[in-house]
Amino acid sequence: MQALKKNLNDGSDLRAARQATMALLARASASELHAMLARLAPIPAASDLRPTETGLVMLRGRTGGDGAPFNLGEATVSRAAVHLEGGATGFAYRLGRDVGAARAAAIIDALWQDEERRDAVEAALASLKARLEAEADEARAETAATKVDFFTLVRGED
Amino acid sequence: MSAQVLARGFDDPVGESQAAFRAAMWALARPGRVEALATDLTPPAPLSPEAAALVLALCDYETPLWLDAALAAVPEVVDFLRFHTGAAILEEPGEARFAILSDPLEMPDFSAFPQGLPEFPDASATLIVQVAGFSDARFILEGPGIKGQTSFGAAPLPADFAARMAANRALFPRGVDLLLAGPGGVAGLPRSVTVRES
Amino acid sequence: MYVAAKGGEKAIRNAHALLAKRRRGNENLPSIGLDQIAAQLTLAVDRVMAEGSLYDIELASLAVKQARGDLIEAIFLIRAFRTTLPRFGNAQPLDTSRMLVRRRVSATFKDLPGGQLLGPTFDYTHRLLDTALGGGENGDISGDSPVASGGDIGDIPAAPVAMPRVTDLLGQEGLIEASPADDGAEPFDITRAPVAYPVDRATRLQTLARGDEGYLLALGYSTQRGYARSHPFVGEIRFGDVEVIFEVPELGFEVSLGTVQVTECQMVNQFKGSAEVPPQFTRGYGLVFGQCERKAMSMALVERALRWKELGEEQSAPAQDEEFVLSHCDNVQATGFVEHLKLPHYVDFQAELDLVRRMRAEHEAEMKEAAE
Repeated sequence: MQALKKNLNDGSDLRAARQATMALLARASASELHAMLARLAPIPAASDLRPTETGLVMLRGRTGGDGAPFNLGEATVSRAAVHLEGGATGFAYRLGRDVGAARAAAIIDALWQDEERRDAVEAALASLKARLEAEADEARAETAATKVDFFTLVRGED
Repeated sequence: MSAQVLARGFDDPVGESQAAFRAAMWALARPGRVEALATDLTPPAPLSPEAAALVLALCDYETPLWLDAALAAVPEVVDFLRFHTGAAILEEPGEARFAILSDPLEMPDFSAFPQGLPEFPDASATLIVQVAGFSDARFILEGPGIKGQTSFGAAPLPADFAARMAANRALFPRGVDLLLAGPGGVAGLPRSVTVRES
Repeated sequence: MYVAAKGGEKAIRNAHALLAKRRRGNENLPSIGLDQIAAQLTLAVDRVMAEGSLYDIELASLAVKQARGDLIEAIFLIRAFRTTLPRFGNAQPLDTSRMLVRRRVSATFKDLPGGQLLGPTFDYTHRLLDTALGGGENGDISGDSPVASGGDIGDIPAAPVAMPRVTDLLGQEGLIEASPADDGAEPFDITRAPVAYPVDRATRLQTLARGDEGYLLALGYSTQRGYARSHPFVGEIRFGDVEVIFEVPELGFEVSLGTVQVTECQMVNQFKGSAEVPPQFTRGYGLVFGQCERKAMSMALVERALRWKELGEEQSAPAQDEEFVLSHCDNVQATGFVEHLKLPHYVDFQAELDLVRRMRAEHEAEMKEAAE
C-alpha cells in the first residue's frame, strides 16, 4: 500500500493506522466484509448519518507523469457514514457501486476506533491482508517471468 | 467533527429533494406566490428547516456556498451543510453559486455575488433568504409568471429592498435570483420580476 | 431544422422487443455472464471504460452485453449512466511511478532499471488463429502460469514496487524537457464548462483521454507518415494498478479508495532547440484507463503534434489543428450527429424537394428561352 500523506500532529500515527485500515476495507470484497462483521459480533446498532450512496470521483493524471494535473475520467465510488450506538462514527469510501459493502466497511471503521475492539478488528483483517499481498506477489512474479533482455547485434565492418 | 452534534439530513434523499426542488421551481415560475414546503429537518440554529431543505436539495459538491456572518459563526451549521451537501463553504461571496442569508436586514449588496455573464447568465448566485413570515404585503410584483400584478410581502427585509430589486432587474439577463424561505413555505423573486413599493 | 414526427409507438415497441431477442440469440445456449465478459473480453471492457470516461468494470461489462458487442453503443450507455450520479469530488492525481507494474517496455533504452517486462502482450505473437480456442471447454486452457512452470517463485526476482520512468532518467541529464509544473491550479474540466479554443494542455489531455481510439490512431499514424514533422520513440509504456487517493472532506484526511488499472505512454521526440532552449527531447503524453496501449500511444503522438505552437514549430498537418482534432474526437458526439441523419427528416426534405423542383422548372424555362 502506498504511503499516504501524513499529518504531523499528535494523532498522526493513529491516523496513519486508520488510513491503512480504511485502505484495506476499500479493497475487501462484500463477502469478506460481511464475514468480518459476523466474526466481530455482537455489534451495536448502527444508524446512518447520511444514507449510503454511489457517486463519482474524478480521477486525475499528471502531464508527463509528474507535471501539472489534468482530468482523466471518473470512477464510481460508494460511501457510507454510520454512527454506532454508544460508540464512534465510521466512514467508508470505496471504488464501485456496492453500497452494502461500503456500509459494512464504515461499521468496521467505527469498531476499529474503539480501542477495546481494535485488536479484534486487526485480527479480522489479517486474512484479507494476506490475500491482497498474495495477489500482488503473484502479479509481480508473473510479470517478472516475462522480463526480457534485449541485446543489440554489432554490425560488422563493410 | 463529532457525530453527536451532526443533525440528520433527508431520510429519503430522492423523495425529499424532489419535493423541495419542486417547491423552488414553482416558486421561481410564479413569483411572489408562496409554495408549501414541509420538512422534518431539524438543522442547527440559526439555519431554518425550510432553508436547510432547499440547500440540501439544490447544493452539491459543485455549487460553492456562502453563509452570512450569523450562520458562519456556528460550527454546527457549517459542519451540517458541508457534510450533507458536500459543497465548499466559502469565506467570500464572490464565487458563490448559492448563499444563505439568515439575517435579511444585514444582507450584502447583490453586487457582492456572481451576477452571471451576458454569454452565461446562469453563472450567477441564487440567494436563499430566511424570513420570519410572508405578511406585510408592501410590494407590488409584475413580470413573467404573474398575470397582471400581484401583491407580496415578507419580513424582515431591508428598507431599500425594492430599490435593490430594481437594480437587479436592470441587469437582466444577468442578476441574482432569490428564494425566500419562511415557516412552511418558499417564495421566489427571480431576476425577471419587477418589484415596487405599494 | 428539426420537426417532430408522431406515431410509430407500436412499431418502436416491437423493434425494441426484437432487438432484445436478437441480443439474446439462440436460447439453447447459456446467456453470457458479466463476470465472463469482465474476465475474457477484458480489452473490450477497458476500451468502454476509457472512452466512456467512467471506471467501473461491472458496468462496462453490462454495457458490452446490452450493446451486443457494439463498443461505441456501449460507450454511449456508460456516458448516459454517469450523468445520473452526483460527483463527490476530485481524487489526487494518480502516481504512475508507484504503479504495480504488469507490463513495462521502452523502445529507447534496453537496460533500464527495473527491466523490460513484456507482461500480457500481443507483441511477438505470430497472429495465427488458434483453432483450439474454438474447440469448446477443453480447447481453451490458459496453460500453466509462467511462474508455476518456472519452478520456485523464489527464483524469479519480484519487480520493485516503484519504478523510475524513462523520462526521469533522461531528465537527470537535462536531455528532455521537464513536465509543466504543478502550480496548484485546478485543471479545466470539459465535462463541467464549455470549451473555448485555444485550450491548455490539461484540456487537450482530458479530451484525448476519452477520445475515439480509431480516430486517434489514424491521426497518430498521419504524424508518423510526415503530416507534422515528428520522429517519435516510445520512451516507455507501462500498464498496471495505481492507487486512487481521495481527501475526504468530512474526515480532513486522505483515504485510499482502491486501485484502478491504467496504461501510460511517454512518447519522446527530437527537438532542434530554439533561441532560448538548447536541443533536447520533447515529449507527448498518453494516459488511458485499462490496458489500451494503442490508444495511449496514439494519444501521446497527437498530444505532441498539438504542441507545435508552444514549441515554435510550423503548422502544416491536420493532426496539429487543435480545434479540428479535439472537437471531432468524441465518438459519442460523433455517432449522435452522424446517426441522427437516419431519423425522420421528412419535412426538411419536403422543403428541399420543392426547392429543387422549382429550380428545375426555372432552369427548363431558361433553356427554352435561350433556344428561341
